[in-house]
Amino acid sequence: MTSGSYSHQSKSAVRDRRMGWAIALHGGAGDIPLSLPAERRAPREAALRHCLELGVAALKANRPPLDVVELVVRELENSPCFNAGKGSVLTTNGTVEMEACIMDGNTKKCGAVSGLSTVVNAISLARLVMERTPHIYLAFDGAEAFAREQGVETAHSSHFITPENVERLKNAKEAKRVQIDYTQPIKGAIPSSIGDSQIGTVGCVAVDGHGILASATSTGGLVNKMVGRIGDTPIIGAGTYANSYCAVSATGKGESIIQATVARDVAALMEYKGLSLKEAAAYVIERTPKGNVGLVAVSANGEVTMPFNTTGMFRACATEDGYSEIGIWPSGINGDLEYPNK
Amino acid sequence: MRGWAIAVHGGAGVDPCLPAVRQEEARRVLSRCLKKGAAALQAGLTAVDVVEMVVRELETDPVFNSGRGSALTRRGTVEMEASIMDGRGRRCGAVSGLSTVKNPVSLARLVMDRSPHSYLVFDGAEEFAREQGVEMVDNSYFITEENVGMLKLAKEANSIMFDYRVPIPGVDSCSASAGLMGATAEGGLQMNGLPISMYAPETVGCVVVDNNGWCAAATSTGGLMNKMSGRIGDSPLIGSGTYACDVCAVSCTGEGEAIIRSTLARDVAALMEYKGLSLQEAVDYAIKERLDEGKAGLIAVSRNGEVAYGFNTVGMFRGSATQDGFMEVGIW
Repeated sequence: MTSGSYSHQSKSAVRDRRMGWAIALHGGAGDIPLSLPAERRAPREAALRHCLELGVAALKANRPPLDVVELVVRELENSPCFNAGKGSVLTTNGTVEMEACIMDGNTKKCGAVSGLSTVVNAISLARLVMERTPHIYLAFDGAEAFAREQGVETAHSSHFITPENVERLKNAKEAKRVQIDYTQPIKGAIPSSIGDSQIGTVGCVAVDGHGILASATSTGGLVNKMVGRIGDTPIIGAGTYANSYCAVSATGKGESIIQATVARDVAALMEYKGLSLKEAAAYVIERTPKGNVGLVAVSANGEVTMPFNTTGMFRACATEDGYSEIGIWPSGINGDLEYPNK
Repeated sequence: MRGWAIAVHGGAGVDPCLPAVRQEEARRVLSRCLKKGAAALQAGLTAVDVVEMVVRELETDPVFNSGRGSALTRRGTVEMEASIMDGRGRRCGAVSGLSTVKNPVSLARLVMDRSPHSYLVFDGAEEFAREQGVEMVDNSYFITEENVGMLKLAKEANSIMFDYRVPIPGVDSCSASAGLMGATAEGGLQMNGLPISMYAPETVGCVVVDNNGWCAAATSTGGLMNKMSGRIGDSPLIGSGTYACDVCAVSCTGEGEAIIRSTLARDVAALMEYKGLSLQEAVDYAIKERLDEGKAGLIAVSRNGEVAYGFNTVGMFRGSATQDGFMEVGIW
């Protein structure tokens, strides 16, 4: 099934790097204002760095990529800086409905969950769905019941709701009301004015030295989303995908990512058209309407790419040969931080 | 340009011993739906309108597993799901976890046309249905007596399924003996871990290319007999059970988990788009190479008016028709 995987890859992809582990993670793509105040920016950069270090250490310790992506996404979920787990944005009813997805590239086994309101780490429940049920995808009451059956850590929904997100929902609702009445000036450039994670989502992709790939994505969804709304994150091929060529985790406007089957298309372009990882990812990003999507991806031979067509994307990556990067906006804009090599 | 084309399916994975009466019944329903779709295409309806109309028809008829006649969850309830995709602009809508909406595919259409989202599930989807004023019925409307019996058998079978050497009481003797004759390593034809005789072929679907070369696909299902409550299969997932773009439209059926892992519907389109395969080549490749040890089938049409199908199950209820007068209904 996996034989000949590399023969389709372009020479440039092979030339780029030798085989080795690689990891990339994101904390959401969207309209992140360049004026993002330092007090909002610093904790996010610190969280990205912390999660990257955690993932790198796990890869160096020869942990399987599936474990690494789960571990890193759990950490991102636990950080209130990002829209997943604690810090999830709120539905129009003021509740949280979290979703997550994990996929093992080697076996193409996968698990997904939606509509969680009490599970502390949605990504780990997705993994349990993959490993301990005959199904791939459980949602809402059925997923919550499964969580209790499996004894995973749960918390009162107030654990997930931050004051920042209560404020965000209020603003989003007001904005909607104001926008319907065009006689009134629109006050401020709403959600984006505080916008750092409202379209967020977190994700991680990793490959080990043997070319084994894995991908994981987790999210609280959209601010002010309808109750029961499912985005791209838990959908295999849309927000999350991994096979023997590459692992991809996408973020942005869920509806656009679903219709463009973003994550599967990156892999399909490598598999069927012979593009390199970078070429495939760039092609998919370019084809998706501007302002809608970002992704992180790694290939079997340790290539990394993190393109986006939004204003910014919270992101970080590292490879075995010592390269690493932490960024928010396009490279070179407003001081991307260099990540000092160890 | 070869004009319009339409294909329908009523699920893959058919008991080889399905009584002739039931086979005839299935053929009749498929023919009726095809004719209805063909007439609508003749009259100039768009692809997306036709797939919705035909799938509504299939949902309403209890012969197949969707809408009325849906498979039951472990708890004995019905949780239906559906999706629709218009290749024109790749717009899509999907729903899951419906228990009172008479025609899930039409609610999926409304999600696509009238909500800012593409996928609504469970309470949120039911609430949206009420808001939109679609026809709702009591959950008992969907539950047929036959399916209550099937659930009971499925539960009994599941509990002893782990030891396949134990004969399964109540299982149709023909497929049981087919198993003894070594049809599969597990010792009996199976779909989704159930003996084929009690497996309700999942899912109905329709794909259409209209006179203008626009493609659309729709799929609807009650899911798996004895499934866990909250389980989502491939049918509502864009790219897995359903996909349409400007090249082709695809609707899949079979073991949902295998279809999801294979992103089967999108892959047929991607093979045409990125690998330059023809429709039939893409369908064959997807079934043979992409379906990782799973059992499934699919129907597809291309913008050129071609129609194709493929399956690796024992049978698939299917039919197709094209503008030049071709029409076919088949099971095996």
